[in-house]
Amino acid sequence: MTAGSVESTDVLIIGSGFGGSIPAYHLAAGGARVLVLERGPWLAAEEFDHDLRLGTSSTRVFEFVVGQGMSVLSGNCVGGGSVVYFAAMPRAPRFVFDRQGSIGHRLWPAAITRDALEPWYERVEEALPISQASWDTTTYAGGLWAAACDHAGRTCNPVPAAVDSDLCTNCNWMMSGCRFDAKRSLLLNYLPAALEHGAEIRPLHEVQRITRLADGGYRVHYNTVDEVDYRVVTGGGTVDAKVVIVAAGAGATPVILQRSEPALGTMPHAVGRYFSGNGERLNTAVIDEDKARDLLGLDRGDGRAYQAYQIGRGPTVASWDRLDGSRPEFERYSLEQLYFPPGLGTVLAQVPGADGPSWFGPGKKELLRDWKSWLTIFTMSEDDNEGVFGAPPPTGNANRFSQQMFGFGTISYEPTDNTLRGWEKSDADVREILEKDGLAEVLPWTNDVIGAYTVHPLASCRIGDDPATSALDDRHELRGHPGIFVTDGSAVPAGLTVNPAFTIAALAERAVPGIVAALRERGVQVVYGAPSPSGAAGGRRATREFARAAAR
Amino acid sequence: MEESSVERAPDVRTLTLEAFADTVIPGEKRWPGDRAIAGVSTGGGSVQAGALAVLEMPEGGMAPALDDVVAALNIHAEHHRDRVGLPTDEEVPPFTALPWADRTAVLNVLTAVGHPEKELWTGLALFCYMAFDTGAHLPTTEALAEGHPGLTLMRFETPDADGLWRFPDYSYRRPLSKLHPDTLENGSLK
Ligand SMILES: Cc1cc2nc3c(=O)[nH]c(=O)nc-3n(C[C@H](O)[C@H](O)[C@H](O)COP(=O)(O)OP(=O)(O)OC[C@H]3O[C@@H](n4cnc5c(N)ncnc54)[C@H](O)[C@@H]3O)c2cc1C
Repeated sequence: MTAGSVESTDVLIIGSGFGGSIPAYHLAAGGARVLVLERGPWLAAEEFDHDLRLGTSSTRVFEFVVGQGMSVLSGNCVGGGSVVYFAAMPRAPRFVFDRQGSIGHRLWPAAITRDALEPWYERVEEALPISQASWDTTTYAGGLWAAACDHAGRTCNPVPAAVDSDLCTNCNWMMSGCRFDAKRSLLLNYLPAALEHGAEIRPLHEVQRITRLADGGYRVHYNTVDEVDYRVVTGGGTVDAKVVIVAAGAGATPVILQRSEPALGTMPHAVGRYFSGNGERLNTAVIDEDKARDLLGLDRGDGRAYQAYQIGRGPTVASWDRLDGSRPEFERYSLEQLYFPPGLGTVLAQVPGADGPSWFGPGKKELLRDWKSWLTIFTMSEDDNEGVFGAPPPTGNANRFSQQMFGFGTISYEPTDNTLRGWEKSDADVREILEKDGLAEVLPWTNDVIGAYTVHPLASCRIGDDPATSALDDRHELRGHPGIFVTDGSAVPAGLTVNPAFTIAALAERAVPGIVAALRERGVQVVYGAPSPSGAAGGRRATREFARAAAR
Repeated sequence: MEESSVERAPDVRTLTLEAFADTVIPGEKRWPGDRAIAGVSTGGGSVQAGALAVLEMPEGGMAPALDDVVAALNIHAEHHRDRVGLPTDEEVPPFTALPWADRTAVLNVLTAVGHPEKELWTGLALFCYMAFDTGAHLPTTEALAEGHPGLTLMRFETPDADGLWRFPDYSYRRPLSKLHPDTLENGSLK
């Protein structure tokens, strides 16, 4: 950049995950100048490695931030979490929108219910797209979990997913990015469509803070980072914008706002508070192969009953019996079959019946010997929004320890009795299902190594009607800071009891008409009403009324 | 070429880190009198899997801290040795001198919730662990071809000729449970 010149745009978007890509597309298509700054690299299918070596895409596109009592895993690349996610896309159950948490009133804004969100879900479903799951595409691991649920008198459902089954090879490397473009990440829909409409995306640009301009606009300050060693700052700059959309993910968005507070003025109390890990909890079972055959009648056709932990594409089924609105809050959760690759996916598994250390040592080695017969079950429950962010680190949202992936963050999370009760009940449920008639031995992952953990960070800058407990109004505008919007997972008020990306994306879709209105107020000639990135227009029709009202 | 025994003698850093790694995932002794490896398990453990290579990788970020880590670990080991009344052993560093059960006891204390240095020791253990179950210092196809002890023990599947994994057979292809009664046509719950 030439010295003295001031770069400017209509909309500056921080982060290119669901919360960033969706407005980027709609606003660019509507005629606004859109610039997206993304801290991570920009990779295409052929760069997504099948490789566990440090420095391959398994660490390039990933972030693992260890805090006090909570570790957060997320995407770190153009496309954000959609590049690393498992693409399980259920809608949030109806009762979720009536949750009160521990604050004694409804957490969600009055304007948002499951019914109100339905047309926005439809838009996302059309755009990605999301496919119906079937038993034919349910993996062995998913089939095993379904059969075990059935054996225990429970139900189990194939989970809708943003995966093209015709292209999927069931390689189970999707956490490093999908080599076969079978997973419908944002690299295949919203982002290319945004580019087509003139949006610009700059990778390896990490936003540090936002300051205010005299004309009511904002100045966004970034560092550029080295493409291999993310600890190395290679430069920096600023961009002025009329509207800023913060969509750095729930582990990073509040940190940028905290760091901006001295310049912008007081932040709402809820910035960097009420973080939820979506109540995540994992249990790992070792399946008795003979029992899988004899009790469940499973047979792969070659004499093996199961031995298929490595085969598949993350989660394919979930047991939703406990997603029952009549059960007390904090006791509702889904139990989803899951695969995590070695490393992150095995280290916290505990040795059943260990009298020594439970996550390392000789017993752990023996546990790994049976790895092909593992089954991992993922709980998503209603936690108590107990996460709080400390003072921001010098740059980014963590003190980076490794060149890529590992860092230490500022979040602290001490599970309350409510959260612990949900986990206990779900652990007991998993045990009851899987240990019935000796099918398996099962233990939860330990929380004593890195605390609790989540791949679903939420709620650290949430929407709501109550200014005391929410940072954003129901249009996702930051209270007291007009023209700053937050559209990522941090806006979701609380744990969803299911995978969150679909709901995050639907909320981002819903927020766009309000952002269009804010831009128009600032003199930007932008319109709302683009069809789906694919050109399909079914979803647009259903949201027309709301969009008109929001634009007024 | 003849190497002098002095040159071959492993240094304090190697002996200490190997003993630590062997406590995380144990293996069998590489030669009679192998002091770093306690020998409580058959087959390769974290050391054979490449723990030291992983710790030394610039990508990991651990390497610059290793000298301090080794010194600190040996001080913890001395305290433990003196507390439980074990004899001193000048031949190898204090942590390496501990019997396997005492190495484990030290590791348990250092990685326990509330220990002031928990982050450091857990981090070190995680890297040693990853060496075993991922071979994080090697391309995975290479690790498998070389018979990497961890991936081999786990019976990690091998890739197609182009180095990519594909599993054409992946499903039982039949209904295996009832669906939740509130399931909608789009696959979510009502
Ligand atoms: C392994 C894994 C599996 C998952 N599987 C599923 C699943 O099956 N189903 C599901 O619903 N959800 C899943 N998720 C969660 C899902 O990926 C997230 O909920 C979703 O991506 C969140 O969207 P977001 O817009 O809030 O943030 P993100 O998608 O995380 O996007 C935030 C972006 O901002 C960037 N960024 C951060 N800080 C800065 C900065 N300072 N400057 C510039 N850019 C910045 C990040 O690099 C990132 O690209 C999974 C997550 C992980 C990690």
